[in-house]
Amino acid sequence: MAEAVLRTERLTKNFGGLAAVNDVSLEFFTDQIHAVIGPNGAGKTTLASLLSGDLASTSGRILLDGEDIAGLPADRISQRGVGRSYQKTNIFLPFSVFENCRLAAQSRLPSSMRFIRPALRYDDVSRQAQRALAEVGLEHRAGVPAASLSHGEQRQLEIAMTLATRPRILLLDEPLAGMGSDESARMVELLRGLKQAHAVILVEHDMDAVFALADRLTVMVNGSVLESGFPELIRASAAVQEAYLGVEELAT
Amino acid sequence: MRRARVATVVLLCCLLALALLPLFAEKYYIQLFTKMMIMAIFAMSLDLLVGYTGLVSLGHAAFFGLAGYALAFAAPQYEAANLWLSLPLAMAGSALLALVIGALVLRTSGIYFIMVTLAFAQMVFFVFHDTKIAGGADGIYVYAKPVADIAGWAPFNLENHTHFYFVVLVLLVLVYASLRMLLASLFGRVIVGIRVNEQRMRSIGYRTFRYKLVCFVIAGALAGMAGYFAAAQFGFVSPDILGWHTSGGVLMMVILGGMGTLNGAILGAFAMLLLELGFQGLPVVGGVDIGKHWQLLMGGFIVFAVLLLPHGLLGLGRLASRLLRKPAEVAEAGDG
Repeated sequence: MAEAVLRTERLTKNFGGLAAVNDVSLEFFTDQIHAVIGPNGAGKTTLASLLSGDLASTSGRILLDGEDIAGLPADRISQRGVGRSYQKTNIFLPFSVFENCRLAAQSRLPSSMRFIRPALRYDDVSRQAQRALAEVGLEHRAGVPAASLSHGEQRQLEIAMTLATRPRILLLDEPLAGMGSDESARMVELLRGLKQAHAVILVEHDMDAVFALADRLTVMVNGSVLESGFPELIRASAAVQEAYLGVEELAT
Repeated sequence: MRRARVATVVLLCCLLALALLPLFAEKYYIQLFTKMMIMAIFAMSLDLLVGYTGLVSLGHAAFFGLAGYALAFAAPQYEAANLWLSLPLAMAGSALLALVIGALVLRTSGIYFIMVTLAFAQMVFFVFHDTKIAGGADGIYVYAKPVADIAGWAPFNLENHTHFYFVVLVLLVLVYASLRMLLASLFGRVIVGIRVNEQRMRSIGYRTFRYKLVCFVIAGALAGMAGYFAAAQFGFVSPDILGWHTSGGVLMMVILGGMGTLNGAILGAFAMLLLELGFQGLPVVGGVDIGKHWQLLMGGFIVFAVLLLPHGLLGLGRLASRLLRKPAEVAEAGDG
């Protein structure tokens, strides 16, 4: 088995007396989709925020290529190759779809402290943005303001922006939330393709998608890991069935 | 695309009018327009923070005023300062102050940012007000305008009000063009991104604090340029130039003209000073000297402007263009 590219060790986040993430130790591998599921309030999004640096952990370590990145700010973690998309669409609404992606791609230049040459003349950046838009299937909407996209399209843009930063590790927080079935099917295909050369961490509610995609599964309840392993193991786990999945759903 | 072309034509016409103004205007009006252009530079520098980066500063006068004082220091008694030396020094002083203040205030945001910028500017105000550094509360005269000598030869003479006017006009155009270039650059895209969604900027990998700080320093240096010429023109510097009245006034210009558009900042500066004069010139009616209470009228006007014109005076232009276009579109539709 290859070395884990990202690993958490006893990762904990307390909000006052509440342990939103409690003693979580997980491993994530390149070329795999690792889905994190669990009921509302299980701490999935908090875990994503710890990994992306949007929140600082209370204790524990986050090892990226063996180096502890816990406590680094979000921008540094992004520069080290962890790209996050958000559950609540988090884009630049007044900007064009293209500019949203272009700005994300621009972040990979060594510095944006450049004051003279027009931003649109950086052809590599523009190409990278176009490529990310094409990957999610939004290239035909490049010129319109992000605010005028449909909800599903905004979700796609959210992913495209993350891809435009060329991450090695993709942290996707409910990418399918609120999508129609056509859009969902398309996104599932996209995610399946993305696991080539990426470690994908997928927080998702849609069980069909999760079982269709995941190479590994982690079930969280009340901030703790209830079970983690291959999908067959999770399906068979009595504890998971009792706590979360429900028997009838597993029968399918 | 068409609207951009119309805007360019309007802008060039305004520039032409400004360039020709000294040919037919009296000295009083030349000096008035010089002052308006200086304030326009000041307003643009603040617009970079307020309108583009989303940083509402109530302490921008500190950088304006400090450069004014720098000129006063550089021109002690009746000796004139050298423009080529004292202007860069004054701007560097303002930039340095902006670096120090910015490094502290940019750790806050929203309403706290407004309060902390105000607090720092008031500290600078009281340094000049309560100590004897430069005449204390009484202020200090700048008797001689800076000279533009380069090895004994001067391309222009700032004591001549027409020369002064053209120097400021050239600077206005330069600052405007530089800011346009800046805003289209990588840096410009980043600061506008910060205004729209700073958290997301961080998450896609930008260390936003640095960009905000550099922006704050650039705005401070440009405010310094304006303050330097304001002091040179007025020939007198007092702590009022750094006070919150000055900060509030320039913020009002930016809002009145239309935030986040350099054109609006210029328009706001011109409009504000013209309105001030207009209201001051109102006659005595029935024993009430209306002109004396011009600030009351100004306040009322601003309230109405903000209520009715959410995009500032510049919004009026957009409204007009839409109204003008409507009938044409209707006619076209009728033809088809």
